[in-house]
Amino acid sequence: MPSAVPAVGLHQITKRFGDVIAVDSVDLEIADGEFFALLGPSGCGKTTTLRLIAGLEFPTTGSLRIFGDEVGTLPPNRRPVNTVFQNYALFPHMTAEENVAFGLRMRKIPKAEVEPRVRDAIALVHMEGMEQRRPDQLSGGQQQRVALARALVNSPKVLLLDEPLGALDLKLREAMQLELKALQREVGITFVFVTHDQGEALAMSDRIGVMDGGRLLQVGAPEEIYARPTNRFVADFIGQANLLDGMVTGPDRVTLTNGVTIAAPSDIQPGGRVTVSLRPEQAFLHRQGGAPEHHASVDGQVEQVTYLGNALIYRVSFQWMHIDVREENRPGGASVGAGDDVTVSWEPSSVAVVQD
Amino acid sequence: MTLTAVPPPSGPGPGGAGAALPEATPEFERAAARADSRRGFLLSLPAYVYLLLFFAIPFGIVVIYSVATRNTIGGTDLAGWNLDSYRRLAEPIVRDILFRSLWIAVLTTLICLVVAYPFSYFIATRTPTVRNIMLVFVMIPFWTNFLVRNYAWRVILGSDGPFAAVTEALGVGRQEILFTHSAVILGLVYGYLPFMVLPLYAAIERIDGSLIEAGRDLYASGAQTFRRVLLPLSMPGVLAGSILVFVPSLGAYVTPQILGGGKSTMLGSYIVVQFLTARNWPLGASLSFVLMTVMLTATLIYFRAGGRNL
Repeated sequence: MPSAVPAVGLHQITKRFGDVIAVDSVDLEIADGEFFALLGPSGCGKTTTLRLIAGLEFPTTGSLRIFGDEVGTLPPNRRPVNTVFQNYALFPHMTAEENVAFGLRMRKIPKAEVEPRVRDAIALVHMEGMEQRRPDQLSGGQQQRVALARALVNSPKVLLLDEPLGALDLKLREAMQLELKALQREVGITFVFVTHDQGEALAMSDRIGVMDGGRLLQVGAPEEIYARPTNRFVADFIGQANLLDGMVTGPDRVTLTNGVTIAAPSDIQPGGRVTVSLRPEQAFLHRQGGAPEHHASVDGQVEQVTYLGNALIYRVSFQWMHIDVREENRPGGASVGAGDDVTVSWEPSSVAVVQD
Repeated sequence: MTLTAVPPPSGPGPGGAGAALPEATPEFERAAARADSRRGFLLSLPAYVYLLLFFAIPFGIVVIYSVATRNTIGGTDLAGWNLDSYRRLAEPIVRDILFRSLWIAVLTTLICLVVAYPFSYFIATRTPTVRNIMLVFVMIPFWTNFLVRNYAWRVILGSDGPFAAVTEALGVGRQEILFTHSAVILGLVYGYLPFMVLPLYAAIERIDGSLIEAGRDLYASGAQTFRRVLLPLSMPGVLAGSILVFVPSLGAYVTPQILGGGKSTMLGSYIVVQFLTARNWPLGASLSFVLMTVMLTATLIYFRAGGRNL
């Protein structure tokens, strides 16, 4: 049964390094058993936030709780959390087995108990037979597994992962994404995962917290973050988006800076400066005038077609703005080329209007 | 390896269009390999000549003298080789000096290790700018001659010196340690500390800081992290520093001569006495040979342990 108390609770956490504010008044609650991703560009404060939870940094101000216990000033060895480091940080002078057993030995767990637990952890990450290898005799993917086992063997209340897939090549990364997710379900431990790769975050997480400039900008389920970004940065950072600047000029109407007025539902008062975000795959391309009745639409001209293999991106200019439309590369797709007059349409509900 | 694309040096240059590329024959490959090793030998020749002239030949002379016999007028007879001078090493006076040199060198090494380790760790964990400044501080003593610095210690430790004044101010009376073992060890530690700091720094600097963090994250206290992670990983530096301090301490001559008393004679001084005063060259030579063997053994142990930090 997951606990009702949040696994991790950050309240007004701020971390300063000299004059630099790395983490700026972050409030965040991560539920027990959740797979939570901290997502953002490098230098956004996501890794510092993770290190604060681990105890590798101490907050300048604020309260940090793990299952209700205040741990903000405790050293890392006295927190019920373990970390999988970005470069794995396996001890090079120890075998895989000794690496995995390290935490248990440091906690003075009886020998009779250490052995089966180490064996189970190694089996959990499918590294049987590699016990006696040293880290430099293991591939990147294998090191990653040992690092996971080394952390999980301690049955931490929260597992922290700092870009754990960053050093792996693409194919292995995709395989490990699925495996990591399955592993988390199996052990039922709360995972807090730091990544700059939005695809990774979307694919694996129950919830995502998007950070930029030390601030936590939006927290939500992947679908929510993707479909309903609450600010321009999130809309831009997650996936591809057409970001159109404009002003709310009436109920559900936005006049763009190029003078074109479009239908875009929002709660924002008229006069508010906004950005309208439209995903390329949620826009449709028609011969001019061919848009469905209930769609919002603009007329324009195809400026450029980009061939991606599995899809095509049509850049449609209207006045001096443009919208990218993505169409899957299927037989019978729109056969338009650069210079053709077209209409771009979309479901009014598929745009997100965010205040600047 | 085959070198099909490279024409032999003696062969014709690249031919016109359609000319076949010259084949690499086994003769050519052998010639190329010979030329390669000849170049390597020529480049290292100065080093070989230097080692031969200033190490191998003198060392051979020392070995020969160590098995020679001292004659009654203080000369050395090279005829009638024997091991008498090696037997004399078991005499109490020689044995005492041997053991004294050994424990003074060991103690000096240990003190250097304990003093240098935290200091090296501190340097290695600073920003690159601070690091370089601190390393320059470590080197500054080398700008002054070793002999001069030893005489400076004589002034500091002397009866009217600042050391006695400080101990008096601390309420433990005017302590005078000049001409004692303590003064010798102090002087040796002072003189050889940089040789401990530099390899230790190099070894610690190379350790990934996240390994220390991983240790702490995996429930190790600071002390446990030091013992289980930092110390084993910095072992090459510990060994290199220890050899670099132990070897010159064991053969120290200047420091015990200037800061030590009659009771703290070390091997180096004793060997000098044998050659210059006692005119017993075979004994001096056999002592030198034993000293050299101990040092060489220490160095070999270090390389056997996989050390590459010297």
